[in-house]
Amino acid sequence: MGTRTISIVENILDANDRIAQTNRELFDSTKTFAINFMASPGAGKTSVILRTVQYLKDRYRMAGVDGDVATTIDADRMAATGIPAVQINTGGTCHLDAVMLSGALPKLNLDETDLLIIENVGNLICPASFKLGSRLDVLIASVPEGDDKPYKYPKMYRGVQAMLLNKVDLLPYFDFDMDYFRKGVEVLNPGLSFFPVSAKTGEGLDAYIEWLTEQADSFLK
Amino acid sequence: MHELPFVESVLKITMEQTEQAKAKRVVGVNLVIGDLASMVDESVQFYWDIVSEGTIAEGAKLHFKRLPAVFQCKDCGTKYQLDGQHLACPKCGSTRVSIVGGDEARLESIEVE
Repeated sequence: MGTRTISIVENILDANDRIAQTNRELFDSTKTFAINFMASPGAGKTSVILRTVQYLKDRYRMAGVDGDVATTIDADRMAATGIPAVQINTGGTCHLDAVMLSGALPKLNLDETDLLIIENVGNLICPASFKLGSRLDVLIASVPEGDDKPYKYPKMYRGVQAMLLNKVDLLPYFDFDMDYFRKGVEVLNPGLSFFPVSAKTGEGLDAYIEWLTEQADSFLK
Repeated sequence: MHELPFVESVLKITMEQTEQAKAKRVVGVNLVIGDLASMVDESVQFYWDIVSEGTIAEGAKLHFKRLPAVFQCKDCGTKYQLDGQHLACPKCGSTRVSIVGGDEARLESIEVE
């Protein structure tokens, strides 16, 4: 028997994208504004999220989903702020995907959740490929990572609607060329909402929170 | 590591297609991977060997077609590849550019008996 060639038309990520769409429809039906935070390890995802909760938990009913390779440290931190939090341990996988998220959602009461914070696994590569169904995808970069990250991880910088540059209180100690960084971001994602912040000192957080509130309110109204 | 879910999808689609085509064995798998997809060929091969074991696709040869990351300037139309240092248009310096290639990671076809 000879060899035959079968052409494939199905996209490799179709399965994930379909489930992401199902998640999206679920969030729409429960009026839940879901935000997917992505960043490299140590950029300050958890710190920014804790700040976000601190600012907004009186305004919205909030909940969190935390993705990590192992441990419940981050979900515990979120839960300590008084909001319901679910940990997803990916068991070695370096990103959250739509299936993992959909498995965690029944553990939350979405009908009573206005704002769902999703903390992705710390990684600048894989989370960019896997849609979750979130309304907003936000990238958190940080000064110590260096100003060349948009050039090295273009895909991550392209797929988000907003970015925070965290740890700006450290700018005096690093050779971080803000113009070079901003130029890279602008090429990849023109007009992207950009917030220089320090989760530690609170610098710049007001503008970010104001923007986030506008986004959430326009969805929730 | 994200090569694993990619490879799992490749295997799943391969199995569905071979069943439909009533094929007995998969001899080749043709993949198209762009340089912006962050996939390493060796890693794809490594996971493929593990997940395809015991299936009719075990031992199938993976063929990689690599596509470069290509940008195009929206102002002067120049198409260019990345040099790893700059993203802006090398000809006119514009930062209004779009990515026209290099994002893809797909299964193009499979060869079966």
